Amino acid sequence: MIQLEGVEKVYRTDKLETVALNNINLKVENGEFISVMGPSGCGKSTLLNVMGLLDVPTGGKVSLNGAEVLSYADRQLARMRNEQIGFIFQSFHLVSDLQVKDNVEIPLLYRRGLSGKERHRLALEALERVGLSSRVHHFPSQLSGGQQQRVAIARAIVGKPRLLLADEPTGNLDSQMGGEIMKILEGLSQEGTTVVMVTHDPGLAGRTGRIVRLFDGRQVN
Amino acid sequence: MLKNYLKTAFKVFLRRKFFTFVSLFGICFTLTVLMVVTAFLDHLFGPLPPEVKTDRTLAVFMLHGEAHQGENFNMWTGGPSYTFLDRYVRTLPDVERVSIFTSFTTSVPAVSFNGSEKVTSHLKYTDAAFWEILEFDFLEGGPFSAQDDRDANLVAVINQSTEKRFFGDTPALGRSFELEGRWFRVVGVVADVSILRLTPFADIWLPLGTSKSKEYLHSRDFQGRFQGLILARKAEDIPLIKEEFKRRLTQVEFPDPGLTSRLSGGAETFFELVSRMLLSNGLEDSHPGILLGAISGFMVLFMFLPTLNLVNLNLSRMEERSSEIGVRKAFGASSWTLVGQFVVENVLLALVGGALGLVLASLVLPAINNSGLIPYADFRLNYRVFGYGLITAVFFGVFSGVYPAWRMSRLHPVEALKGKTS
Repeated sequence: MIQLEGVEKVYRTDKLETVALNNINLKVENGEFISVMGPSGCGKSTLLNVMGLLDVPTGGKVSLNGAEVLSYADRQLARMRNEQIGFIFQSFHLVSDLQVKDNVEIPLLYRRGLSGKERHRLALEALERVGLSSRVHHFPSQLSGGQQQRVAIARAIVGKPRLLLADEPTGNLDSQMGGEIMKILEGLSQEGTTVVMVTHDPGLAGRTGRIVRLFDGRQVN
Repeated sequence: MLKNYLKTAFKVFLRRKFFTFVSLFGICFTLTVLMVVTAFLDHLFGPLPPEVKTDRTLAVFMLHGEAHQGENFNMWTGGPSYTFLDRYVRTLPDVERVSIFTSFTTSVPAVSFNGSEKVTSHLKYTDAAFWEILEFDFLEGGPFSAQDDRDANLVAVINQSTEKRFFGDTPALGRSFELEGRWFRVVGVVADVSILRLTPFADIWLPLGTSKSKEYLHSRDFQGRFQGLILARKAEDIPLIKEEFKRRLTQVEFPDPGLTSRLSGGAETFFELVSRMLLSNGLEDSHPGILLGAISGFMVLFMFLPTLNLVNLNLSRMEERSSEIGVRKAFGASSWTLVGQFVVENVLLALVGGALGLVLASLVLPAINNSGLIPYADFRLNYRVFGYGLITAVFFGVFSGVYPAWRMSRLHPVEALKGKTS
């Protein structure tokens, strides 16, 4: 699905050089569910951003479905993200001005050839998948944290991506809500979606197929 | 996609009410002023009744004459004489009609007495062709004829306000009124024409033949108090007529070279005349393009400050939405798609401001008309003013939205998701 070879990410200012990722080699197979663990600041989120084509590494190679993507232009990367990758963020990042349905439809807006009716149908389907079909016309502020994260999951899966990247998806939730979110992710994984999850919770990580550990930007498996 | 953009825009405007109010106020005020100015310019230069055939009408308003006699240099700028117009304009080939009439700028208001009441009126002595070139709105009767002109019949066409001054609320058709010691019979009553429309404007129109002095028929001078009006057969003939008139100016036979031995001027539109008077004091050729550019430049400058203000407001508004930008980028929006979205939002805001400005202008214009500052002024919003207003609003929206949109669309998605704006 996705392969990183010798990936490096260095942040440089005039006086300081910070190595966020150092020689990361990682291959995630189709349908695999892996978790990324490590202390704060070790590069977990940076790794996820690189895998999600949101950030460009300073060295190494990133391949998605066999295609080396680092040379791609902004428009091509945007299209790849839209068609193949879904994101779940710790703080949900829902657009507060939009209703639940409109939030879920966001990825579909950038996909060619979809009618409004089709977008609506897919959004309802995704919301049903996360058990929120009754909250279609609510605004994010009218929902609990767990419900907001489920809306965020619906948004991530509405375009049927093959790779789901979740950055501490349960970090802002209590354990019960976190457990529910984890169940949804496990269900998606069983249906064939590749899931990469950053987490601090060893219990949740233990439920995934493989754990990748980072320390100071290095892989320490 | 557009529907979604508009929906988002609408919600953002409702959520940030103060920002929306400040933006709308700025846009609305600016566009109101611009629309009032546009209505004024349209009233001054646009094709309005009775001057509706502007695409094929030219006038000879002014000439510039020079004469060298020994060491003396004689120079004048003013209206042409009847003799000149009769000889060099009425005889222009391939034109549909030519009218010669007294010009407003050289006329002195006439005084009459309606009982003991003094009535002052602007007169215009015209031929019959005048009524065929211009399309007056006759409320009663019709124009006087070529026969009336030849026979110097004491007949008149008056405007609605003059009818009221002389006859109150009763119809004037067929009735007579006193004017400078003579009694004229009313053959037609027309709607008031604004004083700013120099060619058709008057309170009372009389046959040229009724003019007390016939000196104008025999004057050897080319400077006079007349104006010529030319109606071309078709709009494409206009450049040819202008050219032919220029050519004729070079071949004029001067009856009195001591008064004038060289003439310059043109068969032109009123806008061209104004550009010639403003830009070269009437001496050189007209430059309507430069005047149009100057007016457009003034309008753009007038919009510049409010636009800068709006750019600033937009930047702060978009900075608040950096997380949304990050999300949209993460889920597949390219930078250009985001520029499109924010520009659409801004254009929508400008259009709403433009609509409010239109409403405000429609209240301001009747107030100016009713103030009596400009006699018979009739500033109004028509499709041209509306069109210019729409173009200005869209320009305003695009101009003030593109830079902030471009800047925000360049944000790195990871930084945007963190809420950072630079």
